[in-house]
Order: sequence, then structure tokens, then C-alpha cells
Amino acid sequence: MTPHPYSFIVIFVGVALVFPIMPLILAWMWRRFFQPPKPGVQKNATYECGVESLGEAQIQFRSQYYLYAIIFLIFDVEAVFLVPFAVAFTGLPVGAFVAILIFLLLLVEGLIWAWGKGCLNWAR
Amino acid sequence: MSEIDEGLRSELQRQGIWVTSMQELYNWGRKNSIWPLQFGLACCAIEMIATAASRYDIARFGGEVFRPSPRQADLMIVAGTVTKKMAPQIVRLYNQMPDPKYVISMGACAISGGPFKQGYNVLKGIDRYIPVDVYIPGCPPRPEALLHAFMELQRKIDEQKLTGARKAEHLDPDQPSEFSVPAFGAHDLEPAANADVFRPMKIERNQ
Repeated sequence: MTPHPYSFIVIFVGVALVFPIMPLILAWMWRRFFQPPKPGVQKNATYECGVESLGEAQIQFRSQYYLYAIIFLIFDVEAVFLVPFAVAFTGLPVGAFVAILIFLLLLVEGLIWAWGKGCLNWAR
Repeated sequence: MSEIDEGLRSELQRQGIWVTSMQELYNWGRKNSIWPLQFGLACCAIEMIATAASRYDIARFGGEVFRPSPRQADLMIVAGTVTKKMAPQIVRLYNQMPDPKYVISMGACAISGGPFKQGYNVLKGIDRYIPVDVYIPGCPPRPEALLHAFMELQRKIDEQKLTGARKAEHLDPDQPSEFSVPAFGAHDLEPAANADVFRPMKIERNQ
């Protein structure tokens, strides 16, 4: 009798379930029968470099940083999209070429705007 | 646990049957994979680094996985001079390590303050705040000495009991896992020593 051609999937699923669940059960039994849990204030603390944490983690950034976000889009994200575009350039249909041109145009507009606003000047 | 007759065990072993107990298996697993916490305080740390590197190779004893987080470490090697500024951080890191945990006090400074014992800013031994398992003398101790301490610790782990009245500390629900962190006082750390941990040797002088 030949096994069902997809029976290995059932075996895989079985192994994938047993493999992680077995150590968890073993660890739970070890905790239950031998090793008592000893939680504490410092053991449960979030930060773990020995120094007590100061202040809040949920701080707000100033909205002036939007300029950096725009310039990051123009110079970094654009490059990521331009590389595959350049690689596939000779085989592209007209529609894709127009689409990437529109994308570039939007970013170039942003560049011109940022340039006009003086964001590219080196602050002294 | 482990109440099998030694003669029967060796007889079985000769026939190709290996008999063990849960305690031996547990201790064998723990003692051969001790993960130290990765931190060094002074010149002893250089010797510790040499021990971990290829020439001395602590990996032969299963201790090469130096962990950058106390949550994943079993062993704290206090390698170097502990200043009073650093002592609370060390105790806090020790507290954050999961049980079972061990401490090697490496070098004269970690034991007693060493050559800097008279310094106003030097802690006179880390065993004032946390329980130490193995002390290594030396200034600094050579890598062989650290390996020797490591083997002593393995021997100590191997003898720990899983059940009974004298079972290991981490298995005893009454034994503490955290120790109080000293605070910076006006002139010194407060308290100057944790009385639950620090048991100085009594010096008996003949009159």
C-alpha cells in the first residue's frame, strides 16, 4: 500500500506542533515539581543594564522634523526605487515608464520646494 | 534519587547500559553549559578575555557563550576592582539574572579590594552584597586560574541536590533570589554590607 501523496504534510504539521510544545510542557513540569518561581521587583524590571531607568519612554518629537522626513524620501527612498527601474529600463512598457516619471516628478517637486525654502543650505 | 548501587551501575555499564538519575542528568546539563555574563571591571577582565579566546579556550568547558544580558546568564564573573559607584549596578545585575546563578569573584580586588583596599572609593569585596561561589586569588589571576575556578564551580554544581533538606538554593522557595541594592549615602554605601550575605571570617588571636 502506497501512502497518500500528501501524508507528509500531516507528519510535518505533527512534528511542527510537538517540537515546540514538548519543551514548553517539560519546562512547565520542571517549574511545577522542582524549581519554585522567584519573581522580584528588579528581576521583572524592563531595563537590564544595571542602571535604573529615568523618565518616560513615550516622548514626542518636535514637528519641525518633517523636513528631514521629506529630504529622506527624496534622497534615500527614491534611490531604492530608481535602482530596479534602471536595471529593467530597456524592457519597460510605456505605461510603466510614465508611472515612474510621475513618481520622479513628485519627488523633484519636493526637492525644488525644499531647495527654495533653504533647507539644503548648510547651517553655520 | 540516585540510590542505585555503584557495583550494579558499573556492571550494567560494562554491558552497554548507561544508568543515570534525573539529578545527575540535570546537573550534567547545567555544569557543561554555564553562560557567563559579559562584563569586565578592570585588568582582570583582560585575563577573562584571554581565557575566552583561542589560546586558553573556555569553550572546552562549555562556558564560551558570554551573554550581554543578565536574563540569559548563569554565571557572573566579577573581574576587577569594584568601586562604590559600581557596586549597586552589580547587585542589580545579579538580581536580574535568572536562577540558578553563580558568582566567581576574580582577583584580589573583587575579593577584598586588593591593592586599592585603602581607597575611599573602593568596595572591600563584592561578597559584602552578593553570595560568592568561588574566589580566585591573584593580581590578576592567570587564565589557568580562571579555568580552575570554572572547574571548581562545575564540581560544585555537580554536587547540588535536587530534593531533600539540603537541596540547592534555587530549588528552595525560602531562599532569596534578590538581594538589597546598596544606596549612595553621604559618605559611604548604605548599608556598608548586607548582613544576610556577608559573613566575615572570625579571627581568633592567641593572647
